[in-house]
Amino acid sequence: MQMVPPDFDRMFGALADHTRRDILRRAIDSEEGVAELATHYPMSFAAVQKHIAVLERAGLVTKHQVGRRKVVRSNVEGLRVARRLLGQYEELWRGRIDRMTQLVNEYTREADQ
Amino acid sequence: MTVKAVRKDPHDLSMTLDADFDATPERVWQLWADPRQLERWWGPPTYPATITRHDLTPGGRVEYHMTGPNGDQPHAYWDVQEVDPPHSLVVRDGFANEDGSVNREMPSNEFRVTIEEVSVGRTRMSIVSTFPSTEAMEQLLAMGMEQGLTEAVGQIDAILAEDDEEPRQDRP
Repeated sequence: MQMVPPDFDRMFGALADHTRRDILRRAIDSEEGVAELATHYPMSFAAVQKHIAVLERAGLVTKHQVGRRKVVRSNVEGLRVARRLLGQYEELWRGRIDRMTQLVNEYTREADQ
Repeated sequence: MTVKAVRKDPHDLSMTLDADFDATPERVWQLWADPRQLERWWGPPTYPATITRHDLTPGGRVEYHMTGPNGDQPHAYWDVQEVDPPHSLVVRDGFANEDGSVNREMPSNEFRVTIEEVSVGRTRMSIVSTFPSTEAMEQLLAMGMEQGLTEAVGQIDAILAEDDEEPRQDRP
């Protein structure tokens, strides 16, 4: 059995929280700093900062110095990996459906004979 | 095209897949209820499954292992949560130790199977697979990824092998 790099674990852990998904969506659309992001949520600045730190450790966002402020940018590549993994999972099931179809057709032919 | 629709949500980490079969719901149900049929489709050609226990009743258990191209044999199990033949099935699929006991260090995920007749002789099967924990998502997908790759390799082998056969007659 093949183990995956720990980055995937962190990434899916980060995506399992609603607020963090929302922060990530905002980071994709616009370049806001931590203080600006914090105004969107009914929670403390420190709590939002923690959420951003989780996203950062998961490789989903990065902070960049722009002038005097630090902006949070999404790492689209990270999400691309999530989509790719789900795509692989889909392929696994498509393979199963193909084999099920073969099996059903096989039995139908036997029944017709 | 047998697979009618697939919905994937990278944020909620879930997948829904609908497939149609030219068969009755009872026939499609047999693919799950008969262990000899189940082991013919659950694992990819290069990772066949062997079912060693098959109790498809609520609270029942299905035990199986898969045999990889290098002789590796991951053991796994289903905990059967809900069964309503021939219409629905809910199982938790997880990894087991070689003696069949639950491997708690490895993840599990739950999937729901719904089978319904959409017209005479045509049946739709829906699979809803959800990943409740982050570990389950990551590791089960890793497993699927590896299987997907070995399966693709197996199919390439099969296609190449066809060239070695005698000239074929045209097939319908």
